[in-house]
Amino acid sequence: MAIKDLLTVTAPAICAVGGTLLLLLDLAIPRGSKSTTAWAAFAVILLALASVPAQWGVSTSGFAGMVAADGYSLFVDGLLAVIAALTVLLTLRYNEARGIMRGEFYPLMLFALSGMMLMGHATNLIIVFIAVELLSIPLYVLCGFARPRVDSEESALKYFLLGAFASGFLVYGIALIYGAAGTVSLTELTAALSGPKPADSALLYAGVALVLVGLGFKVAAAPFHMWTPDVYEGAPTTVTAFMASATKAAGFAAILRIFLFGLAPLMETWQAPIAVLALLSMIVGNVVALAQTNLKRMLAYSSIAHAGYVLTGVAAGGDAGASAVLFYLASYALTSLAAFAVMIALNSGEADENHSLDTYAGLGRRKPLLAFVLAVSMLSLLGIPPTAGFFGKYFLISAAIGSGLTWLAIALVITSVISAGFYLRVIMTMYMRDGKNEAPIAGNWPRAFAALTATVATLGIGILASPIVELINTGIKSIVR
Amino acid sequence: MNPINFIVALSAILFAIGVLGVLTRRNAILIFMSVELMLNAANLAFVAFARKWGELDGQMFVFFVMTVAAAEVAVGLALIVTIFRTRRSTDVDDLSQLKG
Amino acid sequence: MTMDLQIILPVLFPLVGVLVNSFFGRRLGERGSGVFASLMVALSFGASVLLLRQLSAQPHTEGAHGLASQLFPWIQVGTLSVPFGFQVDQLSILLMLIITGVGLLIHIYATGYMHNDERFPRFFVFLNLFISSMLVLVMGDSFLMMFVGWELVGLCSYLLIGFWFSEIKNSEAGRKAFVVNRIGDVAFVLGILLIFTTFGSLSYTEVFKAVEERGAEVAAAVGTITLLLFIGATGKSAQLPLMVWLPDAMAGPTPVSALIHAATMVTAGIYMMARSHVMFELAPTTQTVVGVVGGLTALVAGVIALTQWDIKKVLAYSTVSQLGFMVAACGVGAYTAAVFHLLTHAFFKALLFLGSGSVIHGIEHNPKTATHATGGHGGGHHQGIDPQDMRNMGGLKSRMKITFITYLIGGLALAGVPPLAGFWSKDEILVSASQSNSLVFWLLAVTAVLTAFYTMRQIRLVFFGEPRSREAWHTIESGPQMTIPLVILAVFSVVGGVVINWPFEAILPAHALSHWLEPVLGKLEVAHFDFGMAGIFSLLAIVAMAAAYFMYKRSYNETVKQEPLEKLGPLYALSSNKFYLDDIYRVLVVIPFHGFATVFAQVIDKNGIDAVVNGIGGAVRNASLVLREIQTGFVRSYGLVMLLGVAVLVAWFVFTR
Repeated sequence: MAIKDLLTVTAPAICAVGGTLLLLLDLAIPRGSKSTTAWAAFAVILLALASVPAQWGVSTSGFAGMVAADGYSLFVDGLLAVIAALTVLLTLRYNEARGIMRGEFYPLMLFALSGMMLMGHATNLIIVFIAVELLSIPLYVLCGFARPRVDSEESALKYFLLGAFASGFLVYGIALIYGAAGTVSLTELTAALSGPKPADSALLYAGVALVLVGLGFKVAAAPFHMWTPDVYEGAPTTVTAFMASATKAAGFAAILRIFLFGLAPLMETWQAPIAVLALLSMIVGNVVALAQTNLKRMLAYSSIAHAGYVLTGVAAGGDAGASAVLFYLASYALTSLAAFAVMIALNSGEADENHSLDTYAGLGRRKPLLAFVLAVSMLSLLGIPPTAGFFGKYFLISAAIGSGLTWLAIALVITSVISAGFYLRVIMTMYMRDGKNEAPIAGNWPRAFAALTATVATLGIGILASPIVELINTGIKSIVR
Repeated sequence: MNPINFIVALSAILFAIGVLGVLTRRNAILIFMSVELMLNAANLAFVAFARKWGELDGQMFVFFVMTVAAAEVAVGLALIVTIFRTRRSTDVDDLSQLKG
Repeated sequence: MTMDLQIILPVLFPLVGVLVNSFFGRRLGERGSGVFASLMVALSFGASVLLLRQLSAQPHTEGAHGLASQLFPWIQVGTLSVPFGFQVDQLSILLMLIITGVGLLIHIYATGYMHNDERFPRFFVFLNLFISSMLVLVMGDSFLMMFVGWELVGLCSYLLIGFWFSEIKNSEAGRKAFVVNRIGDVAFVLGILLIFTTFGSLSYTEVFKAVEERGAEVAAAVGTITLLLFIGATGKSAQLPLMVWLPDAMAGPTPVSALIHAATMVTAGIYMMARSHVMFELAPTTQTVVGVVGGLTALVAGVIALTQWDIKKVLAYSTVSQLGFMVAACGVGAYTAAVFHLLTHAFFKALLFLGSGSVIHGIEHNPKTATHATGGHGGGHHQGIDPQDMRNMGGLKSRMKITFITYLIGGLALAGVPPLAGFWSKDEILVSASQSNSLVFWLLAVTAVLTAFYTMRQIRLVFFGEPRSREAWHTIESGPQMTIPLVILAVFSVVGGVVINWPFEAILPAHALSHWLEPVLGKLEVAHFDFGMAGIFSLLAIVAMAAAYFMYKRSYNETVKQEPLEKLGPLYALSSNKFYLDDIYRVLVVIPFHGFATVFAQVIDKNGIDAVVNGIGGAVRNASLVLREIQTGFVRSYGLVMLLGVAVLVAWFVFTR
């Protein structure tokens, strides 16, 4: 193992090593001042973030071609690091109020982050499997972090059992692909599949389907979405925020690399099923969200719908599809982070956690800034211009139309229209209803900073989309194929 | 029939037993054991295919999978024990508060 | 850059108002926030006037694009290029002047009208946001920018209709507007998507150039595109069959009705059609549909307006009817006439709405009978009479002199009495219609007579005779913040038509508007002023008004209370029941979905979740409740769903290889 190899996974390595050191360091930090651990984790994440611009422009492979460092993976690293950094800021007050300010929280986050980053680097299916597990196992623990609260435990166990179930499919799928093609390296697969079809093509296609299942589970695509609402609702809100924005981005990072680049020769086969998954996710997510009265659960369903939108871009394929997907992931991650920031702010007090929509009535008058943050976030999720979400959808739609999936683009438009029913209800509740919830909301600078950063980014990406798109396209051009 | 195909068929049967176990068992530990069966079915397939291609890669993958499975066991059992402590039950059907 | 800045200034000023009032509105207090908001609109108006001067200095040739500003390349990726661009040309500048000018007057008026409302600053936040969004709609240089504005004004409208949310009927009206407009919006978005797929661009310049160059080759696609765009317009501009939301939308505060639901937002559909006239001209089928739908809407809404008792409902149906005139004008290719009527209508209908607001305000807030010293309108706290019911009015002529005179002027302009503004524009539409489509012409001709009748019916019922309620007895004139805008709008309603598009070669330049718009709308054949037709319609209008005046003088006063139109029997029933439109919707849409809902509610939902259904929204909602039941909370059933997904997916992959 040469240093050269390690450099191809700089950011994940920084997080993993940082997490390990933090675990040791934490032993020396007294129980009352665990925010020190949080700031230390913050520093580690910033270090990982700093490695991204330092490495920008490379396009190499390492570890015998099992991982790659290219513009694509670096963009994913940067995005994930930003999400994680903002999440750490959100945890400070909330975790204390909920009594979960324990030292292990942050190392676990760092390990999960390291796995997520690895998803973008993996050019070998077995590394994808390891990355999936590396991100999932800490998350199982984090979901149950608020024990002995019953819903937190329930959330953890559900996520764990179903997650392990999905991993079983993933790894079996990898085994089948190996059996059919004799390799699980993406570059070798591309080469092998470009020629005539292998003899065992049934094995191969079954394997590809199972890999899609395993990753579809992680990004909460229907019909592998059933865990999402329950797990999101039960987990501590800071963990939900992290999962909703970062896991989705990581999962799609792997899906893109596997399907759009590695398995590009098989596009004819996977395009239609993925398009149907996209359609199903958009319908289920948006329609069921309408009936929710709990904001946290509503956002869980909304995240299923957004998985569907992103899958539209995957189904579109090609560089245009990839670019649209990455753009959407960035805008969705920041937008949903802003929404969760407001939910975290409202539940960082003495009272029990309550995410019922009623508690948001009158927020516009009580806390104009928080209401503004949530309103912008809802508009962006809805895709109202000039927010980031609007452009995200715009790119997805034009990518889908560009590759002949006009029907899917139309479905995207119609389901987005349905989604107005619940996103605007949040805005109406905040501004147009008088609330009984007068629980004080203590200010908290790190949290406010995170919320405003996410909001400014949501608006900023909307207004200045071009530089981001250019960044993404440079990244995609340099991808190791 | 190529003897390797028998091994692959065996692995498929094991995998199916695992899947059915997950769906039919109510005890969290048994569900979890069924998942492990699924993973080991994959391991068996890897070994068989490694032999088919006459190379070691597949056998190496088995070690990856086993390591990961071990980590999963550690975390999974810890979760189940914690829940057993608060609820005195490992029946997953008792865990259905979150729904709708 | 200075040019760019100058172009974007009209949009920026109200945005500043939005930001300042949303964060410091409470600190500024009622006076401060009202004045600040109005000032921002005034600055925006000033900036628009400066742009008008620059535009006049430009060479006036067809195909010139006016002042354009591509602030920055919004999106520039490969072949896809969407600049964040504004353009100010001869068409958009007119709408900008109306939006900011009329908008300014309405802002000033609202500072009086909304006095003592506890959410005063918030009202101005929404109003300023609306002005900005509407400007984006008309100033954008691509369909994408138009869509941006289109969505934002819809949002503002939705928020403002439900502004007094404590009354259930208001929030229901908001929801109705929302659902109905969504239907139109879906079509609009699909139209835009189709433009993009057909022409590979959304910029006006490029799309219209491509349409002209490729002509017949794209005619089929253009036919579909224009039809989709037109469905979008029927939503926003309240045409049949999507007109039902606008009358209910009058539940919002009156300044909102005047600004958004009469003068500006509802004309967005007309603007859109005029802007894309190149495409509409290439689609004769769509043209016919547009003309007939416009004519029918004008007639149906005109008939309904005859029998309404709510002062604002009459104006609402009148607005729908006049929008029908404009749409019909677009349908017969008379885009200049449509824009002309859009402008004059903005003056006199805003005037009428503000006048009605002054009347309502006077009845509600007069010192003798007001039961509450403070508090806004519509809070559900009037124990007495309905302040909008004309049966409770009468005799306000001597009590509200300024309101009466200005209202009368507005009414005469609406009725098409020469030489007021409405006369000229309506005449131009009628002449154009008579030359191209006789069905549309007759629909409009009948409507024109009805318009005169219901206008005078309303004036008679509100202002003449003796008061028919204690509140009306004690009504006094509104304050200067409200009357001054009335006077200004009245002046425009008198001279607007003459100044804007005087049809003769004497004294003023002839057909100023038609020539002004030539660079955008092309050299259209100028409709000649037809003395015969103008004479007949003026005469008919005056006769109809006189008939209304004397009929209601005799049969509806403080002693006799008899609606003379009731003698018409079934026709009366048709009109007073609004052509049963709401009932038709109930039968066709709501009840089937309600049945669907009840079945599912009984079969699946044992808790008996109240299956309150509201049209299509209700159907989706019920699907939602049903799907929710699948989420049982049991891990193993989740696993089963996953397994089914796996089975289908694997089978699909393996069998389609």
